Amino acid sequence: MPYIPHDPEETAAMLAAIGVESIDDLFDEIPSRLQAQDLDLPEGLSEMALRRELEDRAMANSSLRCFAGGGAYAHHIPALVWDIAARGEFYSAYTPYQPEASQGTLQVLYEYQSFITRLTALEISNASLYDGASGLAEACLMALRIRGSDQSILVPENLLPSWRRVLDSVLGLQNIRLISVPYDTTTGLLQLPEDANAAALIVPQINAFGLLEPVDALTDWAHARGLLSIAVVNPLSLAILKAPGDWGQQGADIAVGEGQPLGIPLTGGGPYFGFLACRKAHARQLPGRLVAKTVDGQGREGYCLTLQAREQHIRRGKATSNICTNQGLMVTAATIHMATLGSQGLQEAAMTCHARASRLRALLEALPGITFPYAGAFFHEWVVRLPKDAVFVRDTLLKQGLLAGIPLSEWGEGASGDLLVCTTELLEESDLLTYREAMRSMLEAQ
Amino acid sequence: MNDSIFVHDHPTTPPALPTDIPAECLRQAPLNLPNAAELDVLRHYTRLSQKNFAIDTQFYPLGSCTMKYNPRIAHAMASLPGFARLHPDTPAPAMQGLLQVLWELQEWLAAATGMAAVSLTPAAGAQGELAGVAMIRAYHQSRGDHGRNKMLIPTAAHGTNPASAQMAGFEVIEIPNLADGDLDMAALDAHLGPDVAGIMLTNPSTLGVFERRIAEIAQHVHAAGGLLYYDGANLNAILGRVQPGQMGFDVMHLNLHKTFATPHGGGGPGAGAVAVQARLQPFLPLPTVHKEGPGTLRWLSELDVPQSIGRLSAHGGNIGVLLRAHAYMRRLGRAGVRRVSAYAALNANYLLKELQRVGYQAAFPQRRASHEFILSVSDLHKATGIRALDVAKRLLDFGIHAPTIYFPQLVPECLLIEPTETESKATLDRFVAVMAQIRQEALEQPELLREAPHHLPVGRLDEALAARRLDVAALS
Amino acid sequence: MSNIPETLRYSETHEWVEDLGNGRYRIGITDHAQQLLGDLVYVEAPDAGKAVRAAEVCGVLESVKAAADLYSPMSGKVLEGNASLADNPQYLNEDPYRKGWIMVLEAETSAYAELMDAAAYAKISEA
Repeated sequence: MPYIPHDPEETAAMLAAIGVESIDDLFDEIPSRLQAQDLDLPEGLSEMALRRELEDRAMANSSLRCFAGGGAYAHHIPALVWDIAARGEFYSAYTPYQPEASQGTLQVLYEYQSFITRLTALEISNASLYDGASGLAEACLMALRIRGSDQSILVPENLLPSWRRVLDSVLGLQNIRLISVPYDTTTGLLQLPEDANAAALIVPQINAFGLLEPVDALTDWAHARGLLSIAVVNPLSLAILKAPGDWGQQGADIAVGEGQPLGIPLTGGGPYFGFLACRKAHARQLPGRLVAKTVDGQGREGYCLTLQAREQHIRRGKATSNICTNQGLMVTAATIHMATLGSQGLQEAAMTCHARASRLRALLEALPGITFPYAGAFFHEWVVRLPKDAVFVRDTLLKQGLLAGIPLSEWGEGASGDLLVCTTELLEESDLLTYREAMRSMLEAQ
Repeated sequence: MNDSIFVHDHPTTPPALPTDIPAECLRQAPLNLPNAAELDVLRHYTRLSQKNFAIDTQFYPLGSCTMKYNPRIAHAMASLPGFARLHPDTPAPAMQGLLQVLWELQEWLAAATGMAAVSLTPAAGAQGELAGVAMIRAYHQSRGDHGRNKMLIPTAAHGTNPASAQMAGFEVIEIPNLADGDLDMAALDAHLGPDVAGIMLTNPSTLGVFERRIAEIAQHVHAAGGLLYYDGANLNAILGRVQPGQMGFDVMHLNLHKTFATPHGGGGPGAGAVAVQARLQPFLPLPTVHKEGPGTLRWLSELDVPQSIGRLSAHGGNIGVLLRAHAYMRRLGRAGVRRVSAYAALNANYLLKELQRVGYQAAFPQRRASHEFILSVSDLHKATGIRALDVAKRLLDFGIHAPTIYFPQLVPECLLIEPTETESKATLDRFVAVMAQIRQEALEQPELLREAPHHLPVGRLDEALAARRLDVAALS
Repeated sequence: MSNIPETLRYSETHEWVEDLGNGRYRIGITDHAQQLLGDLVYVEAPDAGKAVRAAEVCGVLESVKAAADLYSPMSGKVLEGNASLADNPQYLNEDPYRKGWIMVLEAETSAYAELMDAAAYAKISEA
């Protein structure tokens, strides 16, 4: 019996101690008509057979050289990271509610919080949310709580569409108004109105097209009109891009983003994690867990969860969020990843991602019929406009083992030939040349 | 030894910044993260891990958390490169293997719960609850019934229930539980009406006992036009034996990180798949997996499911967690799934009897334990002032993680104990012996408990100082 | 057992009120309340100039293990808040009737008379 350790003698002894004849007797409080007899499930497999079946399934997914980004990125993860993160002591530990028995996890979370505050140049980070998109929803709710009155948020139309849909789904439940902010179709950058009444402005850096926004001006615009600014950022990019805490005159108020680039494998879409950082003044509106350093009765340094009174298990209906389980294991891996790379490794990775993007763009510029709709500065992703349907091009290149990018038409955006292309440090010069040649043949064919 | 990662820093020369990015977009102050030698990083985090209690090293009878063995094969399968390297925007024809796995999991969870359809996307139980109550709201609104803005929730419910209901825009009305553990039917009936959208329940309840009048509750709520939501946190008690769909529930969430053995990871990731009866199927959160034929599986989108409550995350949910749950179910199969609740009940009832034998008081002595049960140490509190917290801390000294304490809040000085089916009789017997010793200490040497734990890297921490000082980051 | 000074009056939600004369009243939480809450770490009280209403929530009291609503025992206007509580929330535990005061209100004398006296509060808090 897989994972059940009892032998028949033990079972009999236990039933005798309880004073019943059989295990079925233990369910005698449940009406028998509710007790199902046979479920429509297949028979179980031995571990050997299970492995064989799932290895087949894994192989049935194409192995592709990845040029797709759009919020999820193929990065190199040092072997060290998951070797440690998957240790049983991290993998099978629970939420650190008994701090004396969880100093490992708690110190990792404190270090994680410290790394995020340094990346974002803000004072407080929580211990994670489910992912970047739901984290942004939480940041909006937080901004609404801080502002108190105005129940609306300014949402850029050049924020990733999947993130906008999450905001619609989550914030729509509380009748919060999402005011769309358009982008200039020639530059791809945000076009702000003269004035606005809202609790906050969301500022993505980079935006959905890979473009760099003038974040100082955007942040100052928000503050001048009494809005909070919520920065949406890629954590790896912060190794070389300006930190949200330094945007504009006063810095962004809240920074969120998708933590997947920090040591989390793509795995078809999750589990990832959302990070959220803010000013110390807003600590009590922060959703999710928070770890603090303290001392025990003998003056020894230790760590514990803090400000738990904000959370659902105490505040219940008035909690800052309903979040309970978050993404502990992913954050553990991300912390080890950041420690393994250090600022040096993160900077080099970010630089290489960008250098590859600049290089590939230059290679493609020479191909006939190819244009680039947006001329502005980008970071590691850009949109190319092909003279053929981008979905058709993407699907054709799949057969050559390339995931060529994300067609914007799948987002309902842009022209039919628009393709969002991303490069990371995993790609070598030879991969870029292969891409160019594949694209050249594609365009030359009828 | 408690060194910080920051002491392992070595100076480095940051690379030159890119010239094709405007200076005002670039970082001003250089990033200050430590640059440590690889071996130092390895040792630091390995030693930290050794300070944790975990299922892999200790018995962890945390009530309502279902701390069962996390099978290693599940992790190995979820980590296969064919899954791990998949970009979420890979077109469906190039990820048929993953889609087949997810589709199977949808089918099996529907079969296990007696429901018509499943969405795997919610990232945790709380997000599953949010999806569930949002679907209830969408259902009523689709029928033009816009006045149902109240959600009924038992006082003993898990905190995520009212938090999720509030997040979905509902007003929460609390229904009390009676002394024998069942819901107060009179209070329920008094509140039912045209402004009630539904009720959120779990069965067995958070009090560790089966809600015996569930059929009646379902009948009353449905008659008043409301729907029933099932919180699947306690599904381990009935998995393979009782289906929530048969009990009258319309919508539910499952906690894959509890019942389906995916890792707790120090606080996640989880997965809170939702399952629904046919009438709520149009509202399921996206994306779900659809099978048109063998080799033609695809994600459904807003075009396919126009009444969906929408998306809760950017991609398909916690796929890696779903892979692990799938491997677990595939390994167990039909017979194994049924054995889960059988042996969970055996272990819980055995422990309940044995702990009573050594002097502990059960909160509901006349009731069967489900997969968990509640003890109250109010008697110890009266005798020597010892509290449930002190018993919990003393257990740590014996290398056993404490049970859940002070939840549910209804029972004073309570311990909620859930052994799970993967623990052996020997482990349970040792736990009973340790609890007997602690009981004796509580009566004869209470200071041993009050000052516990004695043998861990730290003793009881000053949580008030933590909140007042709020040192939550080692700032540069 | 808790300390319940005779000279003060009390609300059902465990606030005390001290008559400072001239329609001014000082407010805090009782010894019983601070015992129930445990070590207090934060108080959110209304700013000076804010109007408050009797028996309505006007703030939050946060301890390590709980967050409780702060109710105003009387209707009126907040004149002053205790700024020292920001850095010293432990005053609420250590000295709830003096150093731990929370706010001063301007209110009607009749409202003060309607509050419970020490004996009546003792009955309900020790029930």
